[in-house]
Formats: sequence, C-alpha cells, structure tokens
Amino acid sequence: MSQVFPKKANAWSKASLLAIVFVLLSLGWVILTIQRSDFVTSANQFVEQPVQFSHQHHAGGIGIDCRYCHTSVEVSPSAGIPPTKTCINCHSQIWSTSSYLEPVRASFRDDKPLNWVRVHDLPDFVYFNHSIHVTKGVGCETCHGRVDRMPLMMQTSSLQMEWCLDCHRDPSRYVRPLDQITTMGYQPAVAQSEIGPRLVKEYKIAGVEHMTSCSVCHR
Amino acid sequence: MTPKNTATDYTDNTDQIPSPEPGARSPLRGMSPPIDIKAVRARLAQPGGPQVWSSLEAVAETPEFKDYLHREFPSNASEWLDPVGRRSFLKLMSASMALAGVTACTVQPTELIVPYVRQPEEEIPGKPLFFATAMTLGGVATGVLVESHEGRPTKIEGNPDHPASQGATDLYAQGSVLTLYDPDRSQTITQLGEIRPWNAVIAAVRGGLSAQSGSKGAGLRILTETVSSPTLAAQIQQVLALQPNAKWIQWEPMPRDNARAGARAAFGQYLEPLYDLTKADVILSLDADFLASEGAATLRYSRQFASRRRVEESADNLNRLYVVESNHTVTGGRADNRLPIKSSQIEAFARAVAAQVGVAGSTGTAPAGTAAFVDAVAKDLVAHRGRVAVMAGDAQPPAVHVLAHAMNAALGPPTLARTPASSGEVSPERPPAAAADGVVTYVPTPEAVPSEQHAALRELVDDINGGRVQMLVIIGESNPVFSAPADLKFAEAMSKVSLRVHSGLFFDETATQSHWHVPAAHYLEAWSDARTIDGTVSIVQPLIQPLYGGKSAHEVIATLSDRPERNGYDVVREFWSAQPQGSTDAAVFEKTWRKWLHDGLIVGSAFTPVTPAVAGDAASRTTAAQAADGVEVNFRRDPTIYDGRFANNGWLQELPKPMTKLTWDNAALMAPATAEALHLENGDMIEVEHEGRKLVVPAWILPGHAKDSITIPVGYGRTRAGRLGTGTGFDTYTLRGSTSPWFGAAKITKTGDDYDLVGTQDHWSIEGRNIVRSATLEDFKAKPAFAKEMEHGVKLDKRISLYADKAYRGDQWGMAIDMNACTGCMSCVIACVAENNIPVVGKVQVGKNREMHWLRIDRYFAGNLDTPDTYFQPMPCQQCENAPCEVVCPVSATVHSDEGLNDMVYNRCVGTRYCSNNCPWKVRRFNFLLFQDWNTPQFKLQRNPDVTVRSRGIMEKCTYCVQRINAARIQAKREDRGIRDGEIVTACQAVCPTEAIVFGNINDPNSKVAKLKSSPRNYTMLEDLNTRPRTTYLAAVRNPNPGLPHNAMVGGHHETTESHDQPGGEH
Repeated sequence: MSQVFPKKANAWSKASLLAIVFVLLSLGWVILTIQRSDFVTSANQFVEQPVQFSHQHHAGGIGIDCRYCHTSVEVSPSAGIPPTKTCINCHSQIWSTSSYLEPVRASFRDDKPLNWVRVHDLPDFVYFNHSIHVTKGVGCETCHGRVDRMPLMMQTSSLQMEWCLDCHRDPSRYVRPLDQITTMGYQPAVAQSEIGPRLVKEYKIAGVEHMTSCSVCHR
Repeated sequence: MTPKNTATDYTDNTDQIPSPEPGARSPLRGMSPPIDIKAVRARLAQPGGPQVWSSLEAVAETPEFKDYLHREFPSNASEWLDPVGRRSFLKLMSASMALAGVTACTVQPTELIVPYVRQPEEEIPGKPLFFATAMTLGGVATGVLVESHEGRPTKIEGNPDHPASQGATDLYAQGSVLTLYDPDRSQTITQLGEIRPWNAVIAAVRGGLSAQSGSKGAGLRILTETVSSPTLAAQIQQVLALQPNAKWIQWEPMPRDNARAGARAAFGQYLEPLYDLTKADVILSLDADFLASEGAATLRYSRQFASRRRVEESADNLNRLYVVESNHTVTGGRADNRLPIKSSQIEAFARAVAAQVGVAGSTGTAPAGTAAFVDAVAKDLVAHRGRVAVMAGDAQPPAVHVLAHAMNAALGPPTLARTPASSGEVSPERPPAAAADGVVTYVPTPEAVPSEQHAALRELVDDINGGRVQMLVIIGESNPVFSAPADLKFAEAMSKVSLRVHSGLFFDETATQSHWHVPAAHYLEAWSDARTIDGTVSIVQPLIQPLYGGKSAHEVIATLSDRPERNGYDVVREFWSAQPQGSTDAAVFEKTWRKWLHDGLIVGSAFTPVTPAVAGDAASRTTAAQAADGVEVNFRRDPTIYDGRFANNGWLQELPKPMTKLTWDNAALMAPATAEALHLENGDMIEVEHEGRKLVVPAWILPGHAKDSITIPVGYGRTRAGRLGTGTGFDTYTLRGSTSPWFGAAKITKTGDDYDLVGTQDHWSIEGRNIVRSATLEDFKAKPAFAKEMEHGVKLDKRISLYADKAYRGDQWGMAIDMNACTGCMSCVIACVAENNIPVVGKVQVGKNREMHWLRIDRYFAGNLDTPDTYFQPMPCQQCENAPCEVVCPVSATVHSDEGLNDMVYNRCVGTRYCSNNCPWKVRRFNFLLFQDWNTPQFKLQRNPDVTVRSRGIMEKCTYCVQRINAARIQAKREDRGIRDGEIVTACQAVCPTEAIVFGNINDPNSKVAKLKSSPRNYTMLEDLNTRPRTTYLAAVRNPNPGLPHNAMVGGHHETTESHDQPGGEH
C-alpha cells in the first residue's frame, strides 16, 4: 500500500498552520476594523432631517454663535435643540415665504413640534453633560467637528468609549481658552503642549483617576 | 376553601406555581415540619441563645432559613424552575444567541429629538424643576415638592417649609406618583359601560337636580372623602344652600370618629390635639401608632420624637416612650417599655393610670397582670409633670381619648392659661402657636366640617332604604361599596337609588354600582387646596394635564351648582381672591397667589392653638367598656396600601410591611402564644367569625402581638382594583361592622388549608454577628463606646490588608445611619424605588427572593418571644473600601471610584453573580428576568431620566444616588467651588422623617457625617472582615424604665449551633 500523503504534504501542512494563524489574525483585524468603522459608529454620514437645516450657512456663513440656538449648553446636560420660535425669530422676516421653510412655519402655526433626527446618539447608559465640558474648556468643535462646513449635520467622531477616554485620560491635548469655546477652526496661539497643561491647571480639571471613574459617566 | 396561588406580576413571565392539592404544603413554603414554638421559646430563654433574631424560623434554624443564611440567593432563586422543558429552553437559547449575534452588528435605532414650539421661560431641557403642591390623605394635607422633568412629574420630595412635612414624606406620597401613571386608571366617562362626553354628565346631573327642585334637594346626597379643602367645602355648602334639604356625607373607610367623639365629650367641641414632642420627656401611647399610620402628623411627630433620641449632646435628652397596644406597630417597635394587651383592655389600663395621676372622677383597676406597668407609668408621668404627652389611638373608644385629654390637662404645665376656644376661622393677623408653652395644644380639626362618619353613613343607608334618596353623587377614593361596614349592606342599598354618579381615579367596586362614572384627576393633575394638621392651607397645583381627561372634585361638584361648567383653577382662585388673605385687586392677588404657589402654603393660615378646659366630669361621664373575654379581632389600616386605595400600586404592594415584612397580602397577625394555643403556623388558614360574619384568612405569627387577639389589616381582597390589586389578599371589610369598627369579639377555627404568604423577613439574612447593637441609657452612660466593644470575631489592633491603603483625597463619600432615630417606616425604601427606577417583580418572584429593592430595612427582634424589643436597620450597599465584590468580577463591572464609591457598571455586567456571592451584606440584586416594564408608555414617563433602566441579566445595587452626586459635583465645578456639606442628599436621606440617614464627605472633619462617625455610638458592621465599609451605624440607646423588666442586650459573641464558616456559596 502506497503512502496516502505525498512528501510535499509536509510543506502544505506547515503552510496551513501558518495560514490558520494568519486567517484568525486577519479575522480579528477585520472585526475590530468593522467595529470602529463608520458603518457601526454612524460617523461621517449625512442624516436626512425634516428641514434641511444648514449649519454651514447659519454658523459658518452668517456667523451665528452656537449658543443663540443651543441655549442651555452652559447650564444643562443637554445643549438644547431650539424651539420653533427661535427659527421664527428671523424667518418671520427673511425667507418668510420660502417653500423650503414650510415645515417650520407649519410647526409654529399648528403648535406641532418639529421632529428632528438625532445625530449624536450616545447609548442610554451614558450620561454626557454639555455644561461641564464647555465650562472646562472643551470646544464645540472638539467633539462635533467643523460644524461650520456641514451643509447637513453629521457626526464626525466615533462617540465610542475609547474616543471619550482619549480626552478623559489627558485633556491637556484638547482644552482651549474659554473665550474660544464656540470658535470653529481654532488654532492655539502657542503650542497646545504648552497651553494645554496650563489650562488644565487653571480650570482645576480633575486627575485621570477621577476622570476615568466609571460613575462619572455611567450610572 | 381552595388555597389561592395567584400572583400578579408586571412581567409576562409569571411563573405560576401549580396549585397544590387542598391541604398539601405548597412549594413556596418548603417541606420542613412546622415550627415548635415551645422549642423556640426555650431556645431564646437559654443562656447563649440568640439575642437578636429576625423570625421564628431563624431561632428554630429551619432548613429554609439556613438556605437564606448561607447563600446570597436561596436555592430556588437561581434555578430555572419554570415548567419549560430542556428542549424548548435550548431552542429559545440558540435562537436568542443567534439574534444576539445579529443585533450586535446593527447600528443604534433612530431617535427623534422633539423640541418645544415655544419653550416655557423657566424650562431648561435636561434640568428638573420642582413645584410645591400638597397631597391629601384622610383629609389632611402633606406639603410636597414634585420633581418635574420636561413636564413629567417623576419624584415626590417633602416641602421643608410645610408644618406637616418638614422636608420628609411618608410612603404614600412616594407611591402616589406611580398611581398618577397607573395604566389601570379609568380613562373615559361612562354611563352603564358606554363611553359618554362630559356634557352628557352635566345634562344627567342637571336632569337629576330638576327632578329634585320641588323638594329642595330632599333626595340628593353627596358622599365625599373627608374634606379639608376650604374651596371644596365652600362649593358643597353653596350646593346645600341651593338644595337646603340635600345632605352631605363624608366617609373615610377607617374614620377618626373615636377621636372626634372623644374631643367632643371632653371639650364640648371637635378639636384636634397637637403635640410638641420635642418638649415631652415621657410619652404614653394608648394604642396610638403616631410614628407611622395615624394622622398626617406622623412625619412631624417622627421628626420631633427622633430629636429627643439623640444622645450626642447630652444623654439626658433621651425621652421615654411607653406603648400599650394590641397589634405590634412601628411605634410599639420604638417603645422603651411596651405592654401588649388586648385593645378592649386599654380603656381599663388608661383609667387606672388616670386615677393614679390625679384625673378627677377616674377610678378603675388595671387589667390583670398590668398593675406594675400602670404604677411605673403613672409614677413616671407624675415625676415629669408638664413634660409629658399622652396619646390615644384612632382605634380606641372615645372614653380613652377623653382620658388622654384629661391626663394631658392634669399633667400639663401648672401655669397654662385657659383661654376660650376660638372659632378656628382663617385669620392671618393672629400669630400662630402663641399659647404653645405646653406639650399639647389644641386646634380646630383640619376638615372643614368635622363629623362622626359611621353615624352619617348609617343615616345615609337608612335614608336610601326608606326611599328618601333619588340621587347619589360619590366623589373620591373612599369606595364605600368596598369599604363600608358589612352590616350596613351599602352596595345593596345603593342599588335602590335611581341616579348614581361616581367620580374616582379607578373604575372600582363603587363605579360598578353606579350609572355614571367620571374619571377623577389625580392630585398631580388638578387644582385644589387642602389644610394640614395645624390648619395651614396649601394650594394644590397640577404638574401635568390630566393624562386620562380626569375631572377634579371641584369640577364635579360644580355640576350641582348654579354654574355647572367651571374648571378647577377658576373655582379655587375665585374662592381665595374673596378670602381675607386674598385680594380683589387682580394685580395684587396675582402676586399673592404666586407666592402661595411658590411656597406651597399660605403663610399665617395655621389655626391659633386653643387650650380648652376639659369638662370636669368628662372622665367619669363615659361608661367604662367591659373588656371582652376570649379572642378579639382588630381592624387596622394596612401599613402599605392604607385602606385599599393603593391596592393597585405595585411599589406599595411590594414594599414589605414594616413589622411583618409581608408583601402583596394581608394576614391575621397573632401572638406566638395564640398560634401555639390554636396549633397554627404561618400561612395556616383560619376562619374568623365576628358578629355572625365569617372570613377565611391566613395566620401570621407576629412576636410582640397581644395574646388572645388578632389583627387583620383592611384594604385587600379588592375585586375591581386593577391588574395588580384585584385578587390580592382577603377582604377584611366583609368582617367589619359599624358598631365595633376597630375591634370586637371573635371566634377562630383552623380550616386545615394553607396559603402562600410571602414575606422578606428571612431574606438576605446575616445572623448572629452582633450586627444590631444596643444598650440601655444606664449602660450607655457607664460605657459610651459599648458598640465598639460588641465587635464580633477576632479583634485586631491594626487591620492589615493585601491591598494598598486607600488614599483619602478630595471628596470621599460615606453614610451614617442612626438606629436610635430610625422608626422603620419604610419611606426610604420606596423613595429609593422611585428615584432609581427599581422594578416591581410580583409576589411569586418575591417568594423566590428575587425582590429588587436596593435598600432594605432589616427588622430584628431581641429578647423573649412574647414581649421582644424591636430594632430597625436600614441596609444599603455598604460601599466597602476593600470591596469583596470588586475583586471577583471577571469583567470589571464593579470597580472603585476615586471618591470611594463602589461603582456598578451595568453595561459591562455579564451576570456571573460572583459579586453577590461574595457580598457579606447581601445588598446586591440580580435581574433574574426582565423585571422592568419596557413597554407600557405611561411608566416610561415616570422614570428618572438620570438613572439607567436595567435589563435582564444585570446585577445592580445601591449607588449612594450617584446621579445626585454627579449633579451636585458638576454644579460645584461650574461655580468653581467645592461641594458643600448637605448639598448632596440621597433619596433615602431626603425622605427620612427622623433624619436617621446622613450622607456626606467623610474626608471633611466638619461635615455632619464625619461628626456622626466620630460618635462613640458609631460602629462598623462585620468589622472583622476588614472590608472597611463607608456605611456605618450608630448604635441604639434605649431608655427603659429601670423599675420594669426589659430585654437586656449582652455584649459579646454569639453563634448559632452551626458554624457560619462552612462554605455554602452557589459557585
């Protein structure tokens, strides 16, 4: 009886052992990549809204301050989505007959709220608080990106926990002066590595031990 | 009688236990032989026997109890006991595995943001607002602050400015927010089951009235709850002015007739005694459960009582409480000396004491065996003349109230000025409480028109039976068809009335007997007003539009008036603008009105106290009742569902009752000696015969209950309460008559059946390790640090640890719980439920030890079986520094925060339950099933948005209300300052009427909690385990009369016969 396996099967078996390792590693890499991809995080995707509101036009073009609409950002966990009344403040005067704005006028007329689609959607077990972040030198842009260049709002960060922790472990890389919170395209006057640690001290931002305690965000 | 095994549950997976054969022992009760009470008694008496015990089962060391003791969850909690086969289990599991794999890859579902169209001025999304209003129960208001998240009331807190609340609330106020959202509330106006519009109600009522126009309303009767609302009373008086022959009847299921009649006999008028217990050195309670269930002054009295139990400043501050009662109540549990005797003997007891303290005309001999107690009490009262309070309970006959008034007068301060009684009208000019130099002052009753309600109801039934009533309007939650005394046969009589209109929150038993039913608005949905115990008026303001289109009592009564279509706001506002405090000038009144709404009360509206003279012969005028021989049955309000109106409230149903720890049921409570004589054990069915009526009800042994006496709480056995309340417990009202509404002779026979009563007294047992520490005042004076010397186990000079010592930097949270203040009222437990979105699990699940309460109050008895002392120990997470739970979690789901909190991270938890297995305090709770109701939209509105709603398979536990800590920390940081002491108040602390729970920064030596922790009474539970808990306890100091026998607690180590060190965990 001849041998079942030819001699070159030895090489194949060694190669297949390597291949198994390679395939498993690749699989792991694929899973991790998918997990961090925009497909999972919903980042960098435009979201259809009932009114195609352009932050590029309002914040970038006209230069309206973020806080004109997001009024509670400095005092509340929620930055606040403006009531229809805020839109009507201007749009009763300008573009007051535009068909594009009919849903807004209808909302005001019928006392029926607009139903916006949430873009930055954290899981329900995460309790993010806007007020403390803007008080401690985290700019709008740091998390929300260049809103002034977005014709339609989209999420630019992954909003995954590693992304939060990136800053919570070392906020000095991101903090900015309080008068620059709503600035888009902020460039530090001196190097961030110099101004960052100084601001962290000035704002009395807690140490990494506190900032990475679970109950700071989860409860 | 077939035993009932039904249980109602929020979850779909109610694993119904198959009904056993009649007479067979049912599965929840285990298979052990009955407890031998004689052996229990002997074991307690022997030296070295258990000093502190949670139940008879604990003393007898039954197998079930050992199971509770040795394991975190008993054996039947963890196993899959449902009648689902292995194959279907595997099918379901593989399907869910597949689905779990698929769902993990999807993105989050789309969420909408719905902003306001026009945002209210003060509304900040994400920040709660608080509104002052008042909750009325039994006709008396408690001022509350209601937390509102974007217009949804979610949590009730006490109003610190309100005289009855003083910042605390009782458990009913906490539970009331769930009733608001109850999906079983009636939602439509109906006429004989058909949906009708509001104007049809008005037309029907007007039609009924026009038929009465000839007789001036002779056939009209209005039946309400006890009304303390000045506006509603004025409205009803207006109706009565238009229909002069009509009658208004007030009916509360357990009315305070005896107190009213007693006051009238003593003073010639209806007055309400108001005690200042801060001034009382000696308190004698004659069946008065003034700390928990009687009157709306319970919060105020609890606060005052506890202020005299603090011994840090001076040991002489300690008051002494004598309680004479039949049932074992919360107040009895706090007594320094307690005498359990039959309710009918209390009058004789009171007479004997009165005779000795010098009440004119009082003669009497003490009931057999109580002479020593009478002597001691009387001597103590006389010795503290001017600083004593004698209180009589609602259940006691008028004679006892008269005696209490006479004793208070005889023992009052000698210089007390006697002023004529005032009319009690609202008069803001007069300063309140000028005459209050004595312990007791008298004020007019809070109800607008005081009455003796049993007589009024009997007259109504007689009128109906005599054909004199054609139209009956019933408003409120008094539910007479269910709650009226059985001998009146109210339901039968009611059906003879030709037009019956009912308005209530639920389509209840009374609604089924009515032609018309109008859904009522909850107090959080309607405008009204109400008086509290001292007369202070609160405006009741709504927090939300009526969820189900309910109409307030003002709106329903308006239909009877000459202006039938009015809304409650206009009615209340118009009434007050015409009052002396109000103003006809609209601008001025608007300002005043807004201040009233803001404050939650009308400043200066309290009655002026009066000190009326007790009629000289009052004590001798009342006839002495003869104490009944044989067994006596007592009827009392239920400690959690009140008179039955909260029967459909899952929070209150599942809240263990303070003394018995029973849930979801009522039972006939009896002394061990009574049970022994009748050969009964817990859950045995007995037939109680009283005045020819019979009720079959399970027995429950309550140590400390009076012998030859049973107590059956009312309110259970509802037939139309809703999904939760219908069919739970046994209808005691069918036994209760109008001639002896509180107690009377009874015959008891054992039926031979049994019933599953589910109590939590042995759940989460940690027994025999000196966890409760107490001393008498003498011992405390001799040895202030007695608690530390009672340490269990090996004493080490310095605790060593494998782990590095915790560095105390910044804020370090801790809690101190004063067992000398805690009255075990259970308000903190339900406050925790409301604050932390804790689910209701249902009776069957509680029976499996799966209840989810983060905070429990362990009730321990100490001493002998018949007259034990009682201790209450609130048990939240101890927040250990060397937490045993943290090191065993394989996924780091429970970890330490830098502020010393033992964080629980739900999103990491995979449900191994290693942590709970390793917790010596057994404070961790596991979601064995999907207990939380994720579907009912109304419940979503109720939940606290700042706390995660947990799902199945997740471990959870007390967080020290970390959401409140975070909110305060963020606020402080934004203002660039530290967190102030007292700025963070946990939910349990906020609600506590006795301020027993104190939370704060233990790293700040000036904080209140740090000061308490430095008290000599402070002790750490299970200190020998070296886990260094952040929650510590202040040992109890009791002040028994040295002349009377009392249960002494001896320091030292106690072990049950079996070693605790044997491995008994689940893993």
